[in-house]
Amino acid sequence: MVHWSAEEKQLISSVWGKVNVEECGAEALARLLIVYPWTQRFFSNFGNLSSPTAIIGNPKVRAHGKKVLTSFGEAVKNLDNIKGTYSKLSELHCEKLHVDPENFRLLGDILVIVLASHFGRASPPACQFAWQKLVGVVAHALARRYH
Amino acid sequence: MVLSSADKSNVKGVFAKIGGHAEEYGAETLERMFATYPQTKTYFPHFDLGKGSAQVKGHGKKVAAALVEAANHVDDIAGALSKLSDLHAQKLRVDPVNFKLLGQCFLAVVASHNPALLTPEVHASLDKFLCAVGTVLTAKYR
Repeated sequence: MVHWSAEEKQLISSVWGKVNVEECGAEALARLLIVYPWTQRFFSNFGNLSSPTAIIGNPKVRAHGKKVLTSFGEAVKNLDNIKGTYSKLSELHCEKLHVDPENFRLLGDILVIVLASHFGRASPPACQFAWQKLVGVVAHALARRYH
Repeated sequence: MVLSSADKSNVKGVFAKIGGHAEEYGAETLERMFATYPQTKTYFPHFDLGKGSAQVKGHGKKVAAALVEAANHVDDIAGALSKLSDLHAQKLRVDPVNFKLLGQCFLAVVASHNPALLTPEVHASLDKFLCAVGTVLTAKYR
């Protein structure tokens, strides 16, 4: 089980409380597809991903980004059992979606940058530590049931 | 990876916008990196890494200057950073994985100070640039 200090929990929940899940989710997924274009391989049925403008405006990207970040919120709510929270999703990503877990780490890094652009100025350096730790734990949990 | 002309233009644009704040960004990058990835502190046992450390500020200035130099010679990063590449290979031998960590923190600093500047396209170009710098600095490791 991951240990979270009181400070880390506070930094995570205070930022999360200000997050617009729909907007941040859409932005994070769009940036993932733009900054690491090979990640588009998982979204061949999303329609037009031919340019950054197309990706940002793509309604499927927006919807899926919202879905992904909403799910991320489950980790924030269950910091003491992230493994359990993502057990089924881990199986899904392995058995049905066939996603290389490295992609979870890439998305995690992107999410940290998106949060920095929205809240970074007002946050102490320890905030990035807490969030990088969280995205790392989520990535690990999502990879855990791979076989 | 290859930097397109759009990437090069984006990178130059970022550093032009950052301008005189580069040193400050360098120091903040290191501060964030030490806080976010404590294992990076192992390369600085001889430094005071406390808040506001003059050594961290000084080193941040050097790191920023190298990035600015690379951006100013974006057509030949390997040439521009050749001496630094030798230094990292022969003396410093910082494990290659750490350049990505520094890059992530630099992006976070740029994002937090200039959210409007770091559009997705610029984010992509800057990330590629930082990867290229890391590749150059570790190119002579073996």
